[in-house]
Amino acid sequence: MKQNVKVNIKPLTRVEGHGNIKISIKDGRLEEANWEVVETPRFFEALLVGKHYENVPYICGRICGICSISHTLASIRAVENAFGIVASRQTTMFRLLLKHMETMQSHILHLYFLVAPDFLGAGSVLPLTRTHPEEVQVALRLKRLANEACTLIGGRCLHPIRTVVGGFTMLPAKAELARLGRRLEEARSDLERAVELFTSFTMPDFVRETEFVSLKGDNTYPFIGGNLVSSDGVLKREDEYLAMTNEYCVEQSTAKWSRLSRPSFAVGALARFNNNHALLQPEAGRAAERLGLRPVCHNPFMNNIAQLVECLQVVEDSALIIDNLLASEWQEARQSVTPRRGRGVGVVEAPRGILYHYYAFDGKGRLEKADCVIPTSQNHANIQHDLQALAAHYAKAGRKDQDIELLAQMLVRAYDPCISCSVH
Amino acid sequence: MADTLSYLGVPLSRPRVAFFELTSCEGCQLQIFNNEASLLDFLSLVEIVNFREAMTEKSDDYEIAFIEGSISRRDEVEKLKKIRRQAKVLVALGSCACFGGVNRLRNRFHDLDWVKKEVYGDFPVDTAEVQPLEAQVPVDLKIYGCPIKKEEVERVISNLVLGKAVTPPEYPVCMECKAHENLCLYELGEPCLGPITRAGCDAWCPDNRRGCWGCRGPAEEANVKELEKIMRRYHFSREIIIDRLECFGGFAAYVDKLRAPGRHTHG
Repeated sequence: MKQNVKVNIKPLTRVEGHGNIKISIKDGRLEEANWEVVETPRFFEALLVGKHYENVPYICGRICGICSISHTLASIRAVENAFGIVASRQTTMFRLLLKHMETMQSHILHLYFLVAPDFLGAGSVLPLTRTHPEEVQVALRLKRLANEACTLIGGRCLHPIRTVVGGFTMLPAKAELARLGRRLEEARSDLERAVELFTSFTMPDFVRETEFVSLKGDNTYPFIGGNLVSSDGVLKREDEYLAMTNEYCVEQSTAKWSRLSRPSFAVGALARFNNNHALLQPEAGRAAERLGLRPVCHNPFMNNIAQLVECLQVVEDSALIIDNLLASEWQEARQSVTPRRGRGVGVVEAPRGILYHYYAFDGKGRLEKADCVIPTSQNHANIQHDLQALAAHYAKAGRKDQDIELLAQMLVRAYDPCISCSVH
Repeated sequence: MADTLSYLGVPLSRPRVAFFELTSCEGCQLQIFNNEASLLDFLSLVEIVNFREAMTEKSDDYEIAFIEGSISRRDEVEKLKKIRRQAKVLVALGSCACFGGVNRLRNRFHDLDWVKKEVYGDFPVDTAEVQPLEAQVPVDLKIYGCPIKKEEVERVISNLVLGKAVTPPEYPVCMECKAHENLCLYELGEPCLGPITRAGCDAWCPDNRRGCWGCRGPAEEANVKELEKIMRRYHFSREIIIDRLECFGGFAAYVDKLRAPGRHTHG
């Protein structure tokens, strides 16, 4: 079919940060399909140089307003690994609980505020407060619960206060933690409604075979620390992250790009699911089946669905963590820290995918070198390749300009890009 | 959402509001969508016409512009001036907009080429020295903090809608902390900028047993000299004072003095 399509979106809305989409199809042939990142760089790796280690996680949280907890935890882990500190079991559990609640907050924000309007024919969540008031209330309740849980443990729902190298400045009252456990239990009916809503949405039928990179869980679905895995069979240790990320610079982006076994790879909820689906909690696993998410899934739009499955996962897992914490005698919130010359890597699964922080410190605990590899920067090349394939696919299928324009935007949104974070 | 608003029987207009960002983490704009319990009421006070992070619909016809982030590239100056021309009220949202924020930490390396090389190697990248908004345009209101406190935004918006004056507290965080009957963080071995930082956060960090890092900038008549004395009394080094004071950019003028060559302070 002979067809001409011109798409020029500058900048893309309902994503974090600034990116442009340009597509040009002439006589049915793809001339260009580009994902351009124009965000201003902030140079975190430079501005950290010379800073005392206590500053580092506090500053690094500011890389991202949405996943500040992930950045803070990756940063703390890198510092602790550099100093040879092993976090206590109690600290590890509280950190994971905090991480889970950030995952839920971020996924709900993305699914309801950024994604759902596309499926309900709206430009934002604001008209949905009139057309779908009950769904908006579900979203607000879930988001509020996750934010209040982050505040309970981290002191604040973003840019956390209590999280420090060595543990926490203080812990919540046990009664408050028990109350959180009950509220999470009650949230299951709202999550059920979310599953119903997203079951009613049809994800576009676009598939492109991709390599998926994530943490590799041993006994549990992984979020903090451990080995690195790719669906093409690459397996590395945490401190070998450079072999997994291979960053390089490109003209069309102020964020770096990454590659591994192929020209691009994907990270995020879908990558975690594809690589670790056998480790999901029972209800989350059942929700995946109901939502039609089956491993290994190569449809990038299904990242939305994987995020919803993870909301159930983190709620179920948090209930177990809380039970565990309530049944144990609590130790000091914070262990002592002795800085030493050394290097450390800290890896966590941020809501948008695997995140690495690397630091080198001098003997006084001042930072000499930093490197942060962001989930969205790892995804940029994959978004580019998907965008080309998607434009060609739907142009061939004879779809109209507006359809292709919308699908292209929905594709990028499905990755839940955190663009300013990727240009940190 | 209510279509018409009134206060004491007097009808109120909903101001047309726009949100923008320059160099930032977008966390302050995220805060706008937090405090879910009062979110719908909050949204009913204004008509949001431009908010790229959250909505596709947009209009350049607005009265109040909230801008998050600092200036760090030439094109941002043009963007900012364009917003200034349209907005009746321009609000600097958060520490980056008010002071330059953590972004400003890189200004301490005066060699911009080194900064670029450290992150991008030899790949060419356009950037400039980090500045707060008021270095380029007049700013009508500042909402301080990293992150901003949603309650403060709610208060500012309500006051703007009602035509009431908006004044941030002049006193320091220490006052709020004392009112909460916290044990002083210095007694817990933690440095704290509470004695010199502008209040209004309700002692957010000290309440969570962490010293203040000065994200809201100096209180009126902040006595930094006295703070230096307190820091020395508790054996905190000059480097630790500087680390704290320079973290969010609000005390840049004081840090320049502390770093000035020839000045001798003993940690």
